[in-house]
Amino acid sequence: MKKYILAVLVDNKPGVLTHVSGVISRRAFNIESISAGYTEDEDVTRINIEVSVEDDRELEQVVNQLSKLIDVIKIVNLGLVDSIIRELVLLKVRATKGSLADIRNIVDIFRGKIVDVSPENVVIELTGSQSKINAICEMLAEFEIIEIARTGAIALSRGPLPIKNM
Amino acid sequence: MNGAQAILESLKKENVDLVFGYPGGAVLDLYDAVYQARFPHILTRHEQGAVHAADGYARATGRVGVVFATSGPGATNLITGIATANMDSVPLVCFTGQVTNPLIGKDSFQEADIVGITTPITKHNYLVKKAAELPRVIKEAFFIARTGRPGPVVIDIAKDVFTSMVDYEYPQQVKLRGYKGDFTGDEQQVADVVEALRATKRPVFFIGGGVTLSDQTDIMREIVEYTGIPVVSSLMGLGCIPARQEGFLGMVGMHGSYAANMAVQKSDLLIGVGVRFDDRVTGKLDAFAPNAKIVHFEVDKAEINKNVFAHYPIIGDLRWSLPIFMEGLHQSDEDYVNKFSKWHNYVVEMNREYPFSYTTNDQVIMPQQLVDMVSAMVDENTIVVTDVGQHQMWAAQFFNSRNPRQFITSGGLGTMGYGLPAALGAKLGCPHKRVVLFTGDGSVMMNCQEMSTAADNNIDVKVVLLHNRVLGMVTQWQRMFYGKRYSQTLLGGKTDYVKLAEAMGMQACRIEKPQELKEALTKALNVEGPILIDVMLPATEDVLPMVAPGAQLDNMVLGGGEE
Repeated sequence: MKKYILAVLVDNKPGVLTHVSGVISRRAFNIESISAGYTEDEDVTRINIEVSVEDDRELEQVVNQLSKLIDVIKIVNLGLVDSIIRELVLLKVRATKGSLADIRNIVDIFRGKIVDVSPENVVIELTGSQSKINAICEMLAEFEIIEIARTGAIALSRGPLPIKNM
Repeated sequence: MNGAQAILESLKKENVDLVFGYPGGAVLDLYDAVYQARFPHILTRHEQGAVHAADGYARATGRVGVVFATSGPGATNLITGIATANMDSVPLVCFTGQVTNPLIGKDSFQEADIVGITTPITKHNYLVKKAAELPRVIKEAFFIARTGRPGPVVIDIAKDVFTSMVDYEYPQQVKLRGYKGDFTGDEQQVADVVEALRATKRPVFFIGGGVTLSDQTDIMREIVEYTGIPVVSSLMGLGCIPARQEGFLGMVGMHGSYAANMAVQKSDLLIGVGVRFDDRVTGKLDAFAPNAKIVHFEVDKAEINKNVFAHYPIIGDLRWSLPIFMEGLHQSDEDYVNKFSKWHNYVVEMNREYPFSYTTNDQVIMPQQLVDMVSAMVDENTIVVTDVGQHQMWAAQFFNSRNPRQFITSGGLGTMGYGLPAALGAKLGCPHKRVVLFTGDGSVMMNCQEMSTAADNNIDVKVVLLHNRVLGMVTQWQRMFYGKRYSQTLLGGKTDYVKLAEAMGMQACRIEKPQELKEALTKALNVEGPILIDVMLPATEDVLPMVAPGAQLDNMVLGGGEE
C-alpha cells in the first residue's frame, strides 16, 4: 500500500463533505485521514485527504471519481510534487512530580510544547511529520498516554505556485 | 411570485412539457401551483412509478425527465428509480419536498435525509432552504442532468420555501467552478486510433448506451459502413446499429451471441464506444479480449481503466470525438472495407452458423417465438420496453431493434418493476410511436398498480406478459448452479392477470396455444388503448447462450435448436 495526500479544492457549500465522503465510501477507497478548512478564497474549502492505494490504477480511480463531483474544483496529488506535509497532535500524558522533568526533556527534543499542566497530567502540542509524531508517542508511552487527538496530514507544495494554478 | 410558482416558471424555461409525480404534505403548495397553472402532470399510483415513468420518458425522447414527490416516504420511494437512472446515465431532475426549515433535523413527521440518502446514486443533489436559491439551483440541475455523462439530480426543498416570496429571475448562464459541461479532449488521442487501425487485422466495434445518449447513431453507422468493422453491442447499445444488418453480431456478454463473444475474444483491436465494460459484458476480466488492444471512447474519465485497461483512451464527448475520428479515417486514405473483408466475412459466417435460436412445438408457446412474432408484427418505429429477467434477455436477443431510443430497459441496476411505468413514460414522450412492453409475471407485479395509471389516462401501451409462473432468471441459475433447488422462485399460479388488468380498468386477453398465437396477438396489438396480453409459457426454458458468471466469454453454454 502507498500513501498519498490529495489536496481537494471544493465549493464552500453545504453538502460538499457528504458528497466527498460518499464517493470514498461507495467506491471502497481506503482513507487514512481527512480534514477540511477555509482557504484564502472564502468560496473555496480545502479538503486534505490521505489515501492508501494498492497501485497507480487505484490512485487514478480515486482522483477521477472525486474529480467527477460537481462541487470539486481541483485535485492535486501533493504526494507527487515537492511538498511539506504536517500533522498536529495533542497528547494528554500522565505526569507526576517525578516524571515531569523527563517528559519535558522529550518534548523539547521533539520541539513540542507543553500547553497545559495539572497536578496529574500535561497536555503536549506537537506538529511535524507523521513519523515524528509516531516517535514521540512511542517515547511517551512509558508515562501513560491518556488521550490522543490528531488532525491527520495536511500538505502544501513548495515554491510560489498555489495548487489552483497547477 | 412564491417558490412553488418559481419552480413551475423555471420548468417552463427548461421546456418541460410534462411532470410525473405524487402529492403529499410537504408538496401541497407545489401541487396548488400545479393546479392553478394547469401544469401538465401525470399522477402515478406510487412514487416509484413516477420516477420510472420519467426515466422512460427521458430515454425515449432524449429530454430531461421531471419528477415531483413529497418528503420522507414519498422521496424514499424514488430511490430505486433514481439508482436505476444513475446506473444507465439517464437525465432526471427530481423535486422532493422536505419538512419546513425549523423542523429539519428534528426527526419530524415524514422527514428523511434525502440529500444524504441520494448522494451515492445521483450525479448531484441539493437541499434548498431559501427561495432565492431556487432559480439558480434549477438552472444548474437541468444543466448538470443533461450535459456530459447524463444522470439524475435531486432537489430537496424545505416546505416553507414553496410559500416564500421570491424576486424571480431565471439565470441565463450556469456558473459552476468545478463543472463546465463541455467535454472536448485531445485530438491526438483520436489520431492514434486511426494510426492503430493500420496495423490491425481483426478490429471490433463494441458500442454502448453512450452512442444513444449523445445521439451519435448516425455518425456511428457511417463509421461502421465506411470501415466494414464488425460491431457488437452492450444491452444499452441495442438499436444504434440495425439488429439485422450484416456485420452486426448482436449483444455481447453473458447472454450475448456466439459470434459476438467469439469476435471479441479473437479481436486484436477492440474499440469501445460509449461503454463501461460492465461485468455482465466482460465475464472473467483477465481473459476478456485477451489478444486485443483496447480503445475506449468515453466522456467520463473515471470510466477509463476502471474495469479494463485502455491502451487508447479517447476522453471526451462522442459528439466531439466521433466526427474527428470519421474525418481521420477519410484522410487516412485506406480501403478499410477491403482490408477487413476477410475478418468481416469470417464473423458474419460465424453469426450465420450460430444464430440465437430455439425450437417450436405445437404444445406450448415458446418465449423466443413470441418475441420474434411481435417483432415481425410491429413497424420499425416501435418502442420496446422491457422489465428485468429472462424475458428481457429474449427481447434483447430476438427483437429486431432498428433505431436508437427504441429499446428501453434497466441495464445497469436490473430493476424489476421498471418496465410498466417506463413504458407509460415512453408513450407519453412519443405519442406517435407504438409502445410494446415485454414483462414477466414476476416483474409486472412489482409495479402493477401503474395499470391503473395507464387505464385512467388512456396511455396506449401493449403489455406483453411472458407468463411462466416462475421467477425465470433465478430458476435458470438454480437449475444450472444450485441443483434444481427452486428456493422461493415458484409463483403459486393463482393470480389471474387478465382479471387484475381488467380490475384496473385495462383491456386484457390470454393466449395459451401456439396455434392461436398469431391471430390473437395480431388482434390484441391492434386494439385501441392499453391492453395486457397474458401469454402462457413453459417454465423451464433457459436463456442461451450463457457464459457462467466469472467464466470467460468464449466459454459458452450454447443450446437452442433449429429455427
